[in-house]
Amino acid sequence: MAEPLLALDDVAVHFTVGGVLAGGVKILKAVDGVTLDVKPGECLGLVGESGCGKSTLALAIMGLVPPTRGRLALEGNDIKTIDRMATARTVQMVFQDPYASLNPRQTVRRTLADPLRIHGVTDKAELEGRVADMMAKVGLRPEQADRYPHEFSGGQRQRIGIARALILRPKLVICDEPVSALDVSIRAQIINLLLDLKDEMGLSYIMISHDLGVVEHVSDRVAVMYLGRIVEQGSWREIFEDPRHPYTRALIAAIPDPFHRAAVTAKAKAKGEIASALNPPPGCHFHPRCPMKEDRCASEVPELGAVAPGHVAACHFRDRHPI
Amino acid sequence: MTAPLLKVDDLHIALSTESATYNAVEKVSFEIGRGEAFGLVGESGCGKSITALSVMGLLRRPLSLGGGKIVLDGEEIQDASAAEWRRLRGKRIAMIFQEPMTALNPLSPVGRQIAEMFVLHQGAGWTEAMDRAEDALRQVQVPSPERRIRDFPHQLSGGMRQRVMIAIALACGPELLIADEPTTALDVTVQAEIIDLMAALCAAKGTAILMISHDLGLVANMCRRVAVMYAGRIVEQQAADAIFAAPRHPYTQGLINSLPRLGERSRRGRQRLQEISGVVPSIAGYPSGCRFNPRCAAVTEVCREVSPEITPLPADGLVRCHHHG
Repeated sequence: MAEPLLALDDVAVHFTVGGVLAGGVKILKAVDGVTLDVKPGECLGLVGESGCGKSTLALAIMGLVPPTRGRLALEGNDIKTIDRMATARTVQMVFQDPYASLNPRQTVRRTLADPLRIHGVTDKAELEGRVADMMAKVGLRPEQADRYPHEFSGGQRQRIGIARALILRPKLVICDEPVSALDVSIRAQIINLLLDLKDEMGLSYIMISHDLGVVEHVSDRVAVMYLGRIVEQGSWREIFEDPRHPYTRALIAAIPDPFHRAAVTAKAKAKGEIASALNPPPGCHFHPRCPMKEDRCASEVPELGAVAPGHVAACHFRDRHPI
Repeated sequence: MTAPLLKVDDLHIALSTESATYNAVEKVSFEIGRGEAFGLVGESGCGKSITALSVMGLLRRPLSLGGGKIVLDGEEIQDASAAEWRRLRGKRIAMIFQEPMTALNPLSPVGRQIAEMFVLHQGAGWTEAMDRAEDALRQVQVPSPERRIRDFPHQLSGGMRQRVMIAIALACGPELLIADEPTTALDVTVQAEIIDLMAALCAAKGTAILMISHDLGLVANMCRRVAVMYAGRIVEQQAADAIFAAPRHPYTQGLINSLPRLGERSRRGRQRLQEISGVVPSIAGYPSGCRFNPRCAAVTEVCREVSPEITPLPADGLVRCHHHG
């Protein structure tokens, strides 16, 4: 088996919030014991609602917040021992909002050339060549290099954001909701572009999204997060055709499905809203909203247990089929 | 056939800037029957939200009504005075907005904001109105309404705030509820609950819904008929099932085929998504002829020159395309 490009072992990120004036210090467990890996050339879909910790997890992988506990390894080396410049050459990120994530006072050329300069490319011809090359790859014309972000539409800006992420030829790209800020008719262009670039450059992706249609389309494997924990993980086919955690089923049931093609029915819908990560429910975090809950769910934390090889779910009743 | 509850006829909305006046909405006509759920779908900037604002009498500069009629229950209301609009809004037509935090008054307890509706529109006293507000909260399934009526908006979650908005909107039993992207700011599992709640309450009270969204799937699930807008015009209107089974306008076809659909990969393997090329035109740069022509795969000479007229389809449907097949 190939060595994983990225391996997370029991990673937790806790923040302290509040203070004496706010009625005491509390611990916010944004990420609480996540174990997963990403293999070379693989796309891992990361799904969950707002506040589940998926963006904090992305920041931890980027080395932008230190983990409270656990080990993150890039190509087998602990991320704490690699210097930040090397991490930046291996992991890059595409952000959700292409209006907020580009410097409005930098031309496209500068946005793309600066990372190269910082990472030691000084030869002018090489700089020019790599910028032009990257622009062509993401579908921008060479004469657009001297324009500023405001001169571009949302879809083109996201192309610039993708070009910036790829200019250092990273191995892993974290895409944080890369299409949800775009017009509906533009999304297919960006999804196709991301998939083409993945094949062309041999990239691995972590695709963070709440749009299950997109996740099913692009992912090889999928991890579902709820209040800081992974509740189910498996191949895209297992997650979407045979989901075992009631939360995964609830997510799928919540998607408007005019073709009635999803594998779960409306009965699987969740009740209520995601609890605060400051005060998560005891036992299984999902139990107050769960249509299948029983007494033990409120006290015993379910472990991630195997359903099939490579498919795990953290539910006491993962082998019980829904009503 | 009985008269429709709302009839929008040849609506034009003008956008005036210092240098020019544009038609932000052009030749938009549709009807909504009593108790019917009607969906208006389109991308940002297509004019769907300002169409809704015009029905609420809320167009403000630089937008203004450029022509056409808005008929509520047989009565033309497009030229109503400010006082007449105040009596209509909230009482006969109500609206829910996308972001409940900005639509609610942050300085007033939510119970009071609901009770205000009974005081203003039905002349109730405050004590009675507060009791009825508690009932209204119970109806939208807010837990422990007797305590929640004293909460301020910031103490509630996004989903709870949107429930309060629904309670305010439905307080006086309006005949028409306009919902402008009511769940876009919410998580998917909460979205499903809010949509179910809205549909159930409106069905029970016989309230008609004008649902506005960019999500064709969401609208088609909830509404009987759907109209698709592009660049200020309605390009297609059909029954919800029909629009998915047999979309007639190339833009609608593109929208439906360009999004990955749940379950599709299991059935057919990963197919490359069909792209709609180009970008949404800005209002200052609407192309001549059919406004979709620069992005259309089936474009011909006539599309670039002549704006297509409406072709009727069965069951009250229509399509605005020279080559509707």
